Amino acid sequence: MSYTVLSKASSGATPFRQTANTDLATAIARYAAAGPETPHGRYLTPHLRRLEAESIEIMREVVAQCANPVFLYSIGKDSTVMLHLARKAFFPGLPPFPFLHIATTWDFQDMIRYRDLLVKALGIRLIVHTNQDGLDRGINPIASGPTVHAQVMSTEGLKQALDLGGYDAAFGGGRRDEEASRAKERIFSFRTPQHTWDPRNQRPELWNLYNGRVARGESIRVFPISNWTEADIWSYIRAEEIPVVPLYFAATRPIVVRGATLIMQDDERMPLEPQERLVQMQVRFRTLGCYPLTGAMESSSETVDAIVDEMLASTKSERQGRLIDHDETASMERKKREGYF
Amino acid sequence: MLARPQAKTLLRFITCGSVDDGKSTLIGRLLYDTKLIFDDQLASLERASRRHGTTGEDVDLALLVDGLEAERQQGITIDVAYRFFTTPARSFIVADTPGHEQYTRNMATGASTADLAIILIDARKGLLPQTRRHTKICSLLGIRHVVVAVNKIDLVDDPELAFAEIVDHYSEFSTALGFASVVPIPVSARFGDNVTSSSQRTPWYEGPTLLNYLEAVDVADEASSASFRFPVQWVNRPNLDFRGFAGTVASGAVAVGDPVVVAASGKTSVVERIVTYDGDLSHANAGTAVTLVLADEVDITRGDVLAAPRDRPEVADQFAAHLVWMSEDEMLPGRSYLLMCGTRTVPARITSLKHRIDIHDLSEKSAKTLELNSIGACNIATDSPLVFDPYGENRRTGAFILIDRSNNTTAGAGMIDFGLRRASNIHRQAHSIGKADRATALHQKPGILWFTGLSGSGKSTIADLVERELHRRGLHAMLLDGDNLRHGLNHDLGFTDADRVENIRRVGEVAKLMVDAGLVVICCFISPFAAERELVRGMVAEGEFTEIFVDTPIEECIRRDPKGLYRKAQAGEIPNFTGVGSPYERPQAPELWLNGAAEADQAAAKVLAFAYPALM
Repeated sequence: MSYTVLSKASSGATPFRQTANTDLATAIARYAAAGPETPHGRYLTPHLRRLEAESIEIMREVVAQCANPVFLYSIGKDSTVMLHLARKAFFPGLPPFPFLHIATTWDFQDMIRYRDLLVKALGIRLIVHTNQDGLDRGINPIASGPTVHAQVMSTEGLKQALDLGGYDAAFGGGRRDEEASRAKERIFSFRTPQHTWDPRNQRPELWNLYNGRVARGESIRVFPISNWTEADIWSYIRAEEIPVVPLYFAATRPIVVRGATLIMQDDERMPLEPQERLVQMQVRFRTLGCYPLTGAMESSSETVDAIVDEMLASTKSERQGRLIDHDETASMERKKREGYF
Repeated sequence: MLARPQAKTLLRFITCGSVDDGKSTLIGRLLYDTKLIFDDQLASLERASRRHGTTGEDVDLALLVDGLEAERQQGITIDVAYRFFTTPARSFIVADTPGHEQYTRNMATGASTADLAIILIDARKGLLPQTRRHTKICSLLGIRHVVVAVNKIDLVDDPELAFAEIVDHYSEFSTALGFASVVPIPVSARFGDNVTSSSQRTPWYEGPTLLNYLEAVDVADEASSASFRFPVQWVNRPNLDFRGFAGTVASGAVAVGDPVVVAASGKTSVVERIVTYDGDLSHANAGTAVTLVLADEVDITRGDVLAAPRDRPEVADQFAAHLVWMSEDEMLPGRSYLLMCGTRTVPARITSLKHRIDIHDLSEKSAKTLELNSIGACNIATDSPLVFDPYGENRRTGAFILIDRSNNTTAGAGMIDFGLRRASNIHRQAHSIGKADRATALHQKPGILWFTGLSGSGKSTIADLVERELHRRGLHAMLLDGDNLRHGLNHDLGFTDADRVENIRRVGEVAKLMVDAGLVVICCFISPFAAERELVRGMVAEGEFTEIFVDTPIEECIRRDPKGLYRKAQAGEIPNFTGVGSPYERPQAPELWLNGAAEADQAAAKVLAFAYPALM
């Protein structure tokens, strides 16, 4: 693949580098405007170009084949890269589908602030859904435990929203390098009307021929960044200067140490045990899920360059910081069969 | 390390072999030795090894790859798993494909996107039937480079001899398959011999380690040197001022100012802009996702293929192909499937199964159907012309899948060998006066009134009345009658099922031409098979075909017997006579149903009342 860009990007511009202290509104406004000082692909390696082209092809295929697709936007780095790919795929138009966020009410405040700024700046349509029934039943991560909370607020909430919208396809940011059961999932992954996944009965997927045909009520979950690794995601965020939720960057934050996990206190809802104390620690998040289920890591990586370096030296996998994943053996596969992303 | 230096290339490969040959262990070994296993994954692997493992105290590397619970319990890989690893020299995507016989379809899936295959052979067992089958599938799916990894070399008494014998046996049957390279390497996946470092145990082996070879092998991308092909994925029309054709360059390259042709219609234009979010491009090579803007307003939709006018793809509605069957419902010649090739999806059927390939000796066996995991050579007909290249020349424009219309599953995967009609080189000439122009000049809407029914049902009598009345009202109509056409155009055809099918196909083509000329075409044919009536329906635009079923009980037809044919048929003088020696498939949902026992002028009035408004 080779590129000769005729216009737009002017070379020699100072690369944009976000930190935890960068003014988010300014960073997002710069990104949305996509002016000549933004990268426009000129820092992409051939490998990233190839991944990008594959993802764009997949997203266009969904829009061409499916009647009513939706984009599941989790606000995390993978979702944000996928949103950037969608901007590219349908340019000069906007992505021709709505974006759906399943809010559990335990999302980090920073995530919601980032989400609202980005959606407004890009002019995309966002649907926010919360499982009201779960709220009414008093489900929360502290009293109900991480497994029940994830099942009710995330999985059930997602199914409700998908049924409500009558979507026949839903984009998700899953990557095959994340976890063993994801490694076996198709790019176009068939779901029954009950949203369940049967790993033993998947459609064969050959070449770049994606079969998105479904009967009424059935749907396809689509994973355009299946073949990206965590390293690819951060390299791409760096090359394309995409702003992300500030929690990814190291800063001093209020932390409770629980076993090997560092929990950040994001608001007053998290009670401390009698022997626990809040300490100020320099941490960042490698993955963003529900507070207080997602652990932080001690880190001094204040910019994307430091994150890329830190990650390359890491000896721990990405999902290690998530409490819900090692709640039970093979838990991801079970959740996926039930309809989790 | 995960470090990924700039400008590194990517190699996609698959591993295949029989159950217990050690595929998953080999991939686990590659990940382990290239330090791609994280601490927490290793801890979870150690826990799993104690529970499901088969290697005693050692970590069972296969468990790292065999992700699904069901697989852990059964100790086999049941699906394709994709793995990613990187060395300073190259990035790799590995498809770990199952060796268990019933999951061959997944192997074909992994092979479809791979540049290279590692075929594992257990040094103690030698070549197995699955080894041959997997090698054949690799060859069919266009993989050009093979590594024969002779595994468990630590477990045989005379490894040098065992290795030499397996290499001999393998080359005996692989030579005919025409791989660009076949490289044998003796390995032990469990202990790492010759995987990432040279083994002390095989001093007689002087070749590269597996990883050295994978880092070095040259699998030049053929797509970039092939002719320009651009399957249109989606028409991008965000506002009235922009109309672009989004897609990925499948092969070759395109530059601003290049002439392009819409392969199926023959219309030409020039590339005005190559649009991307990152700015307009001057040119785009194979693998680039772009949006093309053309200089002229040309009718182009999803499924069209833009190509270089001097080097066009084939356009045909019949072609020969190899098929790998992937559904538990066996493949039936004649059944309608949806065929997806590039970005185009058309109804298609297998017209003949030439042979099945026996996986044991790769010989050709005759067969009537293909069942799950079998491979065959067949002829396929599509309802409308397909644009393609032979798979051997272009993997992206020569590959297709077949979709079961009843449950939407992917039932088969195919590779096109060649077009079957000379039509493939007769590129349609685009005329400036179209059907609509001619019809407008005649002040009518063209269409086909198709009368079907038994011999003696009254079709011709009713049709004659209809034609007279249409003529009286000033419409331009033409009646085509079965008996009359058999005196001329179809005089070489008899009454076997195959000839009946061809008879109707020719009639359909003639009727289509007349519709193109703007005429109302009245057709009177027994046309006993539903498939052929549907064939003609598919030849013209939606709404232009009206199926009229003249439903007359056979007893009444025999009583009438205007040509004395039933008498002869019942006396055995006419074989294959419809209703006597040959079946008549009643239309399930005709546009119009006529009671053939009623008076002919009543029936004709009913036809006119139904059809006339649509023809004005």
